[in-house]
Amino acid sequence: MSVLVFVEIADGKIKKAAYEAAYYAAKTAELTGTTAEAVVLGTAGADELANLGNFGIAKIHHANDARFNTFDSKAFAKAIAEKAAGADIVVLSFGPNGKLLAPRVAVRLKAGYVPGAAELPTFEGGTLKVVKNVFSGKAKAFYQVATTKKVVAVSPNSLSPVKGSGTAAVEAFAPAVSDADFGTVVKSVDKLTGHIPLTEADLVVSAGRGLKGPENWGMIEELANEMGAATACSRAVADVDWRPHHEHVGQTGFMVKPNLYIAVGISGAIQHLAGVNQSKVIVVVNTDPEAPFFKAADYGIVGDAFVVVPKLIEEYKKFKAAAH
Amino acid sequence: MKILVPISKVPDTTSKIAFVDNNTKFSTDNVQFIMNPTDEWYALTKALELKEAQGGEVVVIHAGLADSEQVIRKALAIGADSAFRIDMDPTDAYAISVEIANHAKTGGYDLVITGKETIDYNSFEVGGMVAELLDWNAVALVSKLDIAGGKATATRDIEGGTETVEFSLPAVICATKDLAAARIPNMKGIMASRTKPLTVLAATGADKLTSIASYQTPEKAKECKYVSVDNVAELVRLLHEEAKVI
Ligand SMILES: Cc1cc2nc3c(=O)[nH]c(=O)nc-3n(C[C@H](O)[C@H](O)[C@H](O)COP(=O)(O)OP(=O)(O)OC[C@H]3O[C@@H](n4cnc5c(N)ncnc54)[C@H](O)[C@@H]3O)c2cc1C
Ligand SMILES: Nc1ncnc2c1ncn2[C@@H]1O[C@H](COP(=O)(O)O)[C@@H](O)[C@H]1O
Repeated sequence: MSVLVFVEIADGKIKKAAYEAAYYAAKTAELTGTTAEAVVLGTAGADELANLGNFGIAKIHHANDARFNTFDSKAFAKAIAEKAAGADIVVLSFGPNGKLLAPRVAVRLKAGYVPGAAELPTFEGGTLKVVKNVFSGKAKAFYQVATTKKVVAVSPNSLSPVKGSGTAAVEAFAPAVSDADFGTVVKSVDKLTGHIPLTEADLVVSAGRGLKGPENWGMIEELANEMGAATACSRAVADVDWRPHHEHVGQTGFMVKPNLYIAVGISGAIQHLAGVNQSKVIVVVNTDPEAPFFKAADYGIVGDAFVVVPKLIEEYKKFKAAAH
Repeated sequence: MKILVPISKVPDTTSKIAFVDNNTKFSTDNVQFIMNPTDEWYALTKALELKEAQGGEVVVIHAGLADSEQVIRKALAIGADSAFRIDMDPTDAYAISVEIANHAKTGGYDLVITGKETIDYNSFEVGGMVAELLDWNAVALVSKLDIAGGKATATRDIEGGTETVEFSLPAVICATKDLAAARIPNMKGIMASRTKPLTVLAATGADKLTSIASYQTPEKAKECKYVSVDNVAELVRLLHEEAKVI
């Protein structure tokens, strides 16, 4: 065994970002001429886990242990490192849990760690090179890892896993983790219901101060609803409480990476761009043709949000109706 | 309560990003360096809030060379009691973390509060590494933290929401926005910062496990395709047929 991926589950289901990590692991195994295996912690059904076979995973080590149904970085790191003893490359997801977990695993293994891989790695002359975006997406860096053992965390929304067909054998795994290793106890979970989580959304509709006031967000929400998109906003707008802070994207807010980011009435300040410029396609709607956001845009409409957005809703509805 | 706040130094976001030596080195020409925003606005100020409420001491630590003094003095001006600088070129997170953890082990700290990530490399590694080296509890992306009777309660970001967890100290916290209210150093703070202790520690020379072989900047800026206000249907068509994102 040479590549091991930690596949995160939530409520027994494999997380979307975990499929990407699994795919990254399978591709890395292919490159390096080995196979990829997965470790899963927490209660899950065998049918759900078997899905991983379609993404190139050969074997799954499953700790079907309810203690892992809530996250604790210390206990999880210990369990993953135990299974990783025989692996050369350990892959995790660079999500809210993985960001804390991956460096812990790396330290336990004394392995060099690359956080936030943005593309599949290359393997030349025995050297694995991992690509990561740096300086808020203004450049890419090619990381080299000096140790034989390597840990890589894959940035969510970076890869489009291709589903093949394959089967994965599920093996029981009983990690040597004691109750005392679980140092954090979850008291409550507060999920935004009825909303698509911003950091996982494929489509995002975002608006800024150009909207003039919180009362004008109805059309942004309507457009997002029609499209099945998440809503976001600039910091300027969250700071004055027009919108909740969990919508604020940018250098000091969330980093998003959707397929489509629609920015309405946002100037495109560098700190805002830092959180969104890794989006695949950016559409900008702004009255000012000189707004800096147009420089980062793929498509632009110079125009008034109050005219453009209602038209966009209408045209999108037509498109949707025609597509069905 | 004794709190250690690791602070990092980063290029101001408005800096021009350029590379030299055949794209193997970041060019620091004309680059203005600042304290990493999350460290300054949330980690350090949360530590100060806790100290003001419950007593104790706030110590900042920075792994870097002598040219970091200004950033460290700013942390002292905002209110930290004392500072340590580990004399090293901070290029590898593991090497940095080993030094910070070594100091934390002997310093009698109850809490280490880091920023979530630096704005240049967005790596999010030092907090987790320090936690593992110390074998402490850790919670990341923390936007709310209360401590009472040796127990801590923190709210952290998860996919699509937040989660509130309870744990005992000592612990490592990686701060994110809203953890505390940012502060601007006042004249009194600035004056005091000049005489607060800043101790330089020699690095123990921990192994560097990773390096950056080269950088690449995008070939050219994106070309924006403009669509007329009177032809919004065309935008929808382009998004579907050309960009294939809807
Ligand atoms: C250290 C630091 C960190 C920061 N972090 C962040 C961050 O994480 N995220 C973030 O967003 N900002 C951040 N900022 C703030 C950032 O610099 C900008 O001030 C902010 O993004 C501006 O928000 P805005 O574009 O909504 O507002 P404005 O800059 O006021 O822009 C409004 C735009 O709307 C356009 N407009 C006006 N009327 C209309 C209309 N009717 N129709 C269409 N367009 C219209 C205008 O032409 C203008 O371009 C940070 C700043 C600093 C200093
Ligand atoms: N050179 C450094 N010296 C001290 N603390 C650091 C240093 N680099 C990073 N940190 C801390 O670790 C956090 C995460 O940084 P990073 O892992 O580099 O993204 C920062 O917000 C700081 O709190």
